[in-house]
Amino acid sequence: MEDFRSRVEGERPYLLRYASLQLRDPHAAEDAVQDTLVAALAGEAGFAGRSNLRTWLTGILKHKIVDAIRRSSREATLAPAEGDTSELDAMFDASGHWIDAPGAWADPDALLEQKHFFAALEACLARLPQKIAQAFMMREHLGLDTAEICKELAITPTHCWVLLYRARMALRECLEKDWFGR
Amino acid sequence: MMLSCKEVSRLVSQGLDRRLGVLERLRLRLHLAICDGCTNFSKQMAFLRKALSRLADHQSKT
Repeated sequence: MEDFRSRVEGERPYLLRYASLQLRDPHAAEDAVQDTLVAALAGEAGFAGRSNLRTWLTGILKHKIVDAIRRSSREATLAPAEGDTSELDAMFDASGHWIDAPGAWADPDALLEQKHFFAALEACLARLPQKIAQAFMMREHLGLDTAEICKELAITPTHCWVLLYRARMALRECLEKDWFGR
Repeated sequence: MMLSCKEVSRLVSQGLDRRLGVLERLRLRLHLAICDGCTNFSKQMAFLRKALSRLADHQSKT
């Protein structure tokens, strides 16, 4: 029993990091992790027979994170500019061709072993506008599908795809500039 | 009718979030076959997804 408690506590730093990537508010991240640890210790029986503690805890944490997003999006109103993609107009000419066509990124798989690359990626993520980052991280970090994201953020699928598209375009450009263009 | 690069970039992104229709996939493939910029873009989008899926693991080691 004590052993289980200390193993669960040992995952706290990972869980906090996981929550912080999605929730930009450190207090909200801390709360979600705390709720997760409490739920995990109360529900040890639910873990019995599963092999990976971290995976199990992350599954609980995802629900707590979605709860936090749901609470905060109830309070926030959507700025009208978020469905708009006019910032992308600068990347294409009038006929829709790339002004600066994407080049090949050298050996991307090797990058996935580099800490510095992930630091650059995180810096780019931090520059995304809040709502865009939120939708994008729900999709790529929490692994939710579009229908779930629409439901939690109370937006239409079309709006959701626009947010995700804008996030990817901005991240691509940021990495191109800050990492690949060095 | 041929898709523009701008339309292709939007469709490539949506292809990561929903199943594209037969016609969309066909038009996408036709464009990618002749456009290096969009082919690179498409690979970069796949790479972004892979990188994001590893983000949490990576920094927890520091």
